[in-house]
Amino acid sequence: MLNLSLEDRTYVVMGVANKRSIAWGIARSLASAGARLVFTYAGERLEKNVKDLAETLERKDHLVLPCDITNDEEIKTAFEKIHAEVGPIHGIAHCIAFANTDELKGEYLNTTRDGFLLAHNISSYSLTAVVKEARQYMTEGGSIVTMTYLGGERVVQNYNVMGVAKAALDASVKYLANDVGKDGIRVNAISAGPIRTLAAKGIGDFNSILKEIEEKSPLRRTTTPEEVGDTALFLMSDLSRGITGEIIHVDSGYNILGN
Amino acid sequence: MADVLERVSKIVVDRLGVDASEVKPEASFKEDLGADSLDVVELVMELEDEFDMEISDEDAEKITTVGDVVNYINSHNK
Repeated sequence: MLNLSLEDRTYVVMGVANKRSIAWGIARSLASAGARLVFTYAGERLEKNVKDLAETLERKDHLVLPCDITNDEEIKTAFEKIHAEVGPIHGIAHCIAFANTDELKGEYLNTTRDGFLLAHNISSYSLTAVVKEARQYMTEGGSIVTMTYLGGERVVQNYNVMGVAKAALDASVKYLANDVGKDGIRVNAISAGPIRTLAAKGIGDFNSILKEIEEKSPLRRTTTPEEVGDTALFLMSDLSRGITGEIIHVDSGYNILGN
Repeated sequence: MADVLERVSKIVVDRLGVDASEVKPEASFKEDLGADSLDVVELVMELEDEFDMEISDEDAEKITTVGDVVNYINSHNK
């Protein structure tokens, strides 16, 4: 019989900023299945937010530690510490992206070289950098889930350089999946419909993107962090054991539309 | 319904960890209350939820003081 409890497993959730974060939605879903959680945050300003949120979980053996994903040494140290504390890691939720807000409006063509590299470094390469370090600690197999968006497959107004970075992330998912598949580690992405998060608010005219989903998506509603969290839970659990290198759309079906 | 300034004040105190006595209409979020740009975005989102309204990017950019927020809410929440 399939055991769906995650009580004996540990998952690292990277990228919680506040209660609206998709990463927090994923954390809550994993917690509901009994998982032990580790949170990493970037920058001191988020430490208290993450600690306060983690305290609200039923299980109290969580770990909260800093990890600046632009710094290889810091990633290495963070995962060494996590492994020393919790033992094998069973999964990672990578919910990290950044681009300059002034490049998230107007024409993509206005992207600077620095802005391009920044967006790709934080939003795309960081997944590869994390898998590189974490792989050795995923000794019982595992599942890695990252967050992507339709703007990486098609042109979405104002998404610009972040869309190009997401395209690189999507391709990374496939190459990484192929590399670590032999170790029993799966790598997948969730392409979530727009959700009103702190990060999303940086995208020009975000409210009208939400309105479009509400009016036109097959389910006629916007995506919630809970819906994404439950899909992540599926991808982290053995239910999805045959799936890797996949991009699953959790977007009320919006991506199937032609217009 | 509580006074608009009171509701705004509660959110500002909660988000920025400042003392309620500092949250005066003339107080600037960035200069007087120590908010950074992310704090301001978080505040705007909390206000949108609390007052069930939408604050456009252009309008949000114009809001710099506690008084601006109260005026904005009063003029859009009729």
